[in-house]
Amino acid sequence: MLRLENIHTSYGPIKAIRGIDMEIKKGEIVSLIGSNGAGKSTCLMTISGILTPSGGSIVHGEQDITGLPPHSIVSQGICQVPEGRRIFPRLTVLENLEMGAFLGRSDFMPTLQRVFKLFPILGERKKQYGGTLSGGEQQMLAIGRALMSNPEILLLDEPSLGLAPIMVSKIFKTIQEINSEGVTVLLVEQNARAALRLSDRGYVLENGVITLSGSGRELLDNDKVRHAYLGE
Amino acid sequence: MLLQQLINGLTLGSVYALIALGYTMVYGILELINFAHGEIYMLGAYLGIIILGFFTAVGLTAFSLPLALGLTLLLTVIFSASYGFTVEKIAYRPLRSAPKLSPLISAIGVSIFLQNYVMITQGATDKVFPPLVSSAGVTVLSTRITFLQASIIVVSGIIMALLHAFIRKTRTGKAMRAVAQDKSMASLVGINTDTIISITFIIGSGLAAVAGLMVSMYYGLVNYFIGYSAGIKAFTAAVLGGIGNIPGAMFGGILLGLIESLGSAYISSEYKDVYAFVILILILLIRPSGLLGRNTEEKI
Repeated sequence: MLRLENIHTSYGPIKAIRGIDMEIKKGEIVSLIGSNGAGKSTCLMTISGILTPSGGSIVHGEQDITGLPPHSIVSQGICQVPEGRRIFPRLTVLENLEMGAFLGRSDFMPTLQRVFKLFPILGERKKQYGGTLSGGEQQMLAIGRALMSNPEILLLDEPSLGLAPIMVSKIFKTIQEINSEGVTVLLVEQNARAALRLSDRGYVLENGVITLSGSGRELLDNDKVRHAYLGE
Repeated sequence: MLLQQLINGLTLGSVYALIALGYTMVYGILELINFAHGEIYMLGAYLGIIILGFFTAVGLTAFSLPLALGLTLLLTVIFSASYGFTVEKIAYRPLRSAPKLSPLISAIGVSIFLQNYVMITQGATDKVFPPLVSSAGVTVLSTRITFLQASIIVVSGIIMALLHAFIRKTRTGKAMRAVAQDKSMASLVGINTDTIISITFIIGSGLAAVAGLMVSMYYGLVNYFIGYSAGIKAFTAAVLGGIGNIPGAMFGGILLGLIESLGSAYISSEYKDVYAFVILILILLIRPSGLLGRNTEEKI
């Protein structure tokens, strides 16, 4: 469904990712793990169009989407929830969700009901400014906002970062729930264990190159992964 | 006397507010002080004279003055908005990822260009606005308000109320606020930020054109240089209210108009232009985020 072929992305002279090949199939949860600065976020931002790759191509279905601007990528059904949640602090919860539905890719009301069913707290707080929500609630809003665009593929960047443990497990449970409704998920996580547990497949990124890939189970059992990312 | 000055100040202030809105909206989204904005106001004044002159020549003003004025307003807004749109496209968009100083210098360049362009094409002497609108008015309690003053206040009020509703309630207005708060995030939810920026320039320029047209009717004289001082005063108004803050620009504009008018009446009219700049300096020293400002977080 989404294929990265030999993708290179640089920040000026710094080559953040160097020749990545990846494939995400319909309905999968795929996680991308790696240490700080390995290029995980760069990879997501390259897919979502925030960064333009200096080489290689990104193919969605049959279509080459390399170098399209972010809003066109969203209209392709690929939506990123960036690191740090990035909700609009001075828009209300409802307005944040309306912005998620900006392109009108889905019927507004049913999608909104679906998001409120997934995150009842957002329904209760819909008139509050986004900036007044707690960290966990903001993460729910960020995911809910992305769902409003009715995405085929959801790119999640560090959804568990900085959240209380109880919230972390709730977010991971929700990701599974969203996936079971047919949304393909590409997940970037530092919490490698939790990510790999719910993933069909995973990739390990080191210094801008993929060094390992396999099913979630295989990676969890891999010695190298256990040492470097699971702290065993 | 006081009431009279309040009315004069309110008239002037409404105009400042209309221009200040353009500064503040552009700043809210791009963090750019659009120094060419005063020139769009000046173009609005000239376009008004030219278009109304044309309507007079073809006999439309004799046929129906309100129709002629209404059409003049509409066309002035459309032409000035296209100027604003074009300026953004040519002079600012290519510098979108350049350091912040570059578009600022580009804005000053556009400002100089437009002033000279109007000076060369329209002449360096004052142009007279055709005195079509009578200076009639009503006098109550020895305070005189002309119909023109009343129209300026009412028209500005209606426009600002519409703008406020537009930004609060419509999809595009909400997208403008989203872009102002986080541009790259806005693009990640599918908003074409370039389109929103263009719309911002179109609206801001349209407001400046309305102000330009109304002022040239009010004072009756226009020259290629009026954009400079009006621009700086409106900028002061925007800073006074808190740059980037839309209600702040409305409030700052009206406050500045009142200060100028009361200062002229009770202190000295010789210093008319000084008050604005004293205010600008004081605000920057004491409360740089403006009276209604919220530091840099909220911008629109």
